[in-house]
Amino acid sequence: MIEGLLGRKIGMTQTFDPTGRVIPVTVIEVGPCVVTQIRTTERDGYDAVQVGYQEAKAKSLTKPEQGHLRGAGRLLRHLREFGADNVADHNVGDVLTVEIFQAGQRVDVIGTSKGRGFQGVVKRHGFGGGPRTHGQSDRQRAPGSIGAGTDPGHLWKNTRMAGRMGNRRVTAQNLTVVEIIPERNLMLVRGSVPGANNGLIMVRRSVKGS
Amino acid sequence: MSQQILAEIERRQMKENVPDFDVGDTVRVGVRVVEGNRERVQEFEGVVIRKRGSGINENFTVRRIASHGIGVERTFLVHAPRLDSIQLVRRGKVRRARLFYLRGLTGKAARIKERR
Repeated sequence: MIEGLLGRKIGMTQTFDPTGRVIPVTVIEVGPCVVTQIRTTERDGYDAVQVGYQEAKAKSLTKPEQGHLRGAGRLLRHLREFGADNVADHNVGDVLTVEIFQAGQRVDVIGTSKGRGFQGVVKRHGFGGGPRTHGQSDRQRAPGSIGAGTDPGHLWKNTRMAGRMGNRRVTAQNLTVVEIIPERNLMLVRGSVPGANNGLIMVRRSVKGS
Repeated sequence: MSQQILAEIERRQMKENVPDFDVGDTVRVGVRVVEGNRERVQEFEGVVIRKRGSGINENFTVRRIASHGIGVERTFLVHAPRLDSIQLVRRGKVRRARLFYLRGLTGKAARIKERR
């Protein structure tokens, strides 16, 4: 069985659990995904299953991409690789749906976080900023000291400073699958998921185990 | 498209026959309470002082004066399975959407005119 699939974040809402308590859920459209290539240890040095998601027009894909997808028989916008218990179980052209997951199972959801642009140190790294009173000027959201003096005489690498925030890969681990709706390829997951609505997302079985 | 899917998922769990009530109305709300392994319906009657939210998250707050003149407010989700029933007792005539001013009033001053 493949470990995960591609999908699209639909948005958040809420449902009720059997005792009537409200649970926050994110609705994700998972699949259907088409197997586009099988990676094997003999040929590629590792085992994986490459799947594609979302039908595309020929004009939005390059010729090499179209050639790559010929075996799958479908033009697909997004391609990703996932591990599998046994890659031999999968063949190019197979269609995989949400049904590989079950309600109650734990999953990891990987997405691209919303881009925040160039942000200061208070928002980006949670710094406290400076004092607001006692004669301070222009220090409220300042980073403070960024290093020592003559020794070491330079800034340490990876010192947290202002800069581009968001728009990077984020994994939300160990989320509970609340419900699977196979007819509509939908999955309801407890809690929030990285990225904007309609954003591409990878859902895989939880690394930390169910 | 996404919003339609969300609305559809919410609709599956929404109640169909929710009585039409508004802020200022007096309602009797039946709440399912689980005591040990027994379930019974507890009633809570008072004035609706606020309605907010939409879809599955639509909720309202009921204010009632309990014993010793102590005001008690409870907020309910309209579509919660724990909410057994909503019964309209009396329609009220009010001119605002949030009746928080009732918190500062007691006795005769806290009455609401009936709408007919």
